[in-house]
Amino acid sequence: MEAEAPRGLARVPQKGPVPGRRGRAGTIVTYAVLSVLAAAWLLPLAWAVDTALKPESETTKTPITWASSHFNLNAFRQVIEAGDILRWYANSALVSIVVTVFVVLLASLAAYALSRIPFRGRTVLFWVVLAGLMIPPQVLIVPLFSEMQAVGFVNTYQGIILPQLPSALAVFILKVFFDGIPRELEESALVDGASRLRIYWQIWMPLARPALAAVAIFTFVGSWNYFIWPLIVVTSTDMMTIPLGLSTVQSAFGIHYAQIMASAVLGGLPLLVAFIFFQRQIVEGIANTGLKG
Amino acid sequence: MEAGQEVARAPAVPVAKTGGGGRWRRNLTGWGFMLPFMAAYALFLIWPVILMFKYSFTNKSLVGTGGSQFLGFQNYGRIFGDPAFWQSLWHTVWFTILSTPPLVILALVFAMLTNRVGRGQGIFRFSFFAPFVLPVSVVCLIWIWMYEPGFGLIDGVLGGILGNVAWLGDPNVAMISIVITTIWWTLGFNFVLYLAGLQEIPRELYDAAAVDGAGAWAQARWITLPLLKRTTLLVLALQILASLKIFDQVYIMTYGGPNFTTRPIIEYFYDQGFTAYQIGYASAVSVVYFVIILAASVAWFLFSRRREETV
Repeated sequence: MEAEAPRGLARVPQKGPVPGRRGRAGTIVTYAVLSVLAAAWLLPLAWAVDTALKPESETTKTPITWASSHFNLNAFRQVIEAGDILRWYANSALVSIVVTVFVVLLASLAAYALSRIPFRGRTVLFWVVLAGLMIPPQVLIVPLFSEMQAVGFVNTYQGIILPQLPSALAVFILKVFFDGIPRELEESALVDGASRLRIYWQIWMPLARPALAAVAIFTFVGSWNYFIWPLIVVTSTDMMTIPLGLSTVQSAFGIHYAQIMASAVLGGLPLLVAFIFFQRQIVEGIANTGLKG
Repeated sequence: MEAGQEVARAPAVPVAKTGGGGRWRRNLTGWGFMLPFMAAYALFLIWPVILMFKYSFTNKSLVGTGGSQFLGFQNYGRIFGDPAFWQSLWHTVWFTILSTPPLVILALVFAMLTNRVGRGQGIFRFSFFAPFVLPVSVVCLIWIWMYEPGFGLIDGVLGGILGNVAWLGDPNVAMISIVITTIWWTLGFNFVLYLAGLQEIPRELYDAAAVDGAGAWAQARWITLPLLKRTTLLVLALQILASLKIFDQVYIMTYGGPNFTTRPIIEYFYDQGFTAYQIGYASAVSVVYFVIILAASVAWFLFSRRREETV
């Protein structure tokens, strides 16, 4: 595709509004429409922050007002002092980090073998992994729970973590990435007598860093946000993760809307910050894996 | 340098002598690398699938007493005569019908608009995508508050026009409210896929069309939309599969209510398993749902492959 593009045109610097430049008026209209849409999209977030900063007594005032003369951080303080949310943060962090490390490790080992080691049974194993892409984890909640019950993992970290480890998608994405890298480097290392494990660790892992980063970010966000499995396997408040714990504050805080919104803001903040830092990787990750998958 | 490489490579030709070892050793290495993943895969994906099928033929209960008897196809027979099953299946399908068109069309429109601007693209991309990274319960808490009758932002603004609406409490409106929340939450994903698709279209096509006098609509109709066909098929498939898995939002926002009018199929087997303790029946329902999802995936796979061959 790129090779076919006319050379002369391809070098024209592509800046400014892209397709079909339509002159000033068109651009202004586009910006206006987009700004309205973007504002509408951010409105619920702004409303949540606004509510969280109001004194409780003003949250249910009618007619609705945005500005309060008494903005303060009391709701945040109360939520943090009540204590549960910090515990949920810790649980979520622990679970998501462990899940991410193991998913990346297990999937990259498997993807390396599927892509690079011509062993007997490789094709069959690859099809078995591909078939796993079609199994939605939600359908397995009932049998998984009785499995966990049988080994006594209900309401434990192992119980939350273990079922998140087999990610067929991670294997698939990494395998496709490995397939695209020329194998010369590896061949000379093999000739030099390096072991496969060493080649995997010292050659392929550094080469695969962009793909590993994408898989890691997605696994982390996915695990942090995972709702249905913790809902089932966790039975006590102190084992809850952020999404599960927050789903209970509505009934716990009753109509204390400033506190509920403070919880929501606190629960969403780490991910928004992470998104700001990793925006490029997240967006490109979706674009690449979505289009290739 | 090049000559040196040639020499270094020469001994690599007899495969058996390379560091990979003989065939036997290579097989062992391959299986060794696969082992950790396959162990987790077998224990937490394949084994539960087998268990699900097994339980679906029994009357196993969550509270262990009484053991479990083999029932044959009795659970499956029961599904056919169970109005609550058909209702919840319909709610899932209805949610998919309601949510898919706006999530595809709006994402396309947003992406086309964003792709037209030069400066500030990052800000718009952030605005539309940010909700997608939030945990479902954060999204639901915010929207429960938005929908709060009387005090919520939506009722506060629209109340004057529509009168007071119980957005989550009215059986006729609750599903639509959940759809609106879902659009806000997940549109960013489709938007990003479309934006990537748009940026792959060579700009020269538009320049050439502009020279030929094609206006904005003609360009969209004859260049953008046809070249986005592959992206659209992908977005559509991913969206339908995602919508068929609706559960989290409903569970948190309405708990399937009011009066089970929003309960989707996943919540139905969740209820059967963990509220009514009927693991056997819940498993049979899971199997039926699993087969539906599988059929949708396979249909998409065959369809997209046939398309690729004809194009």
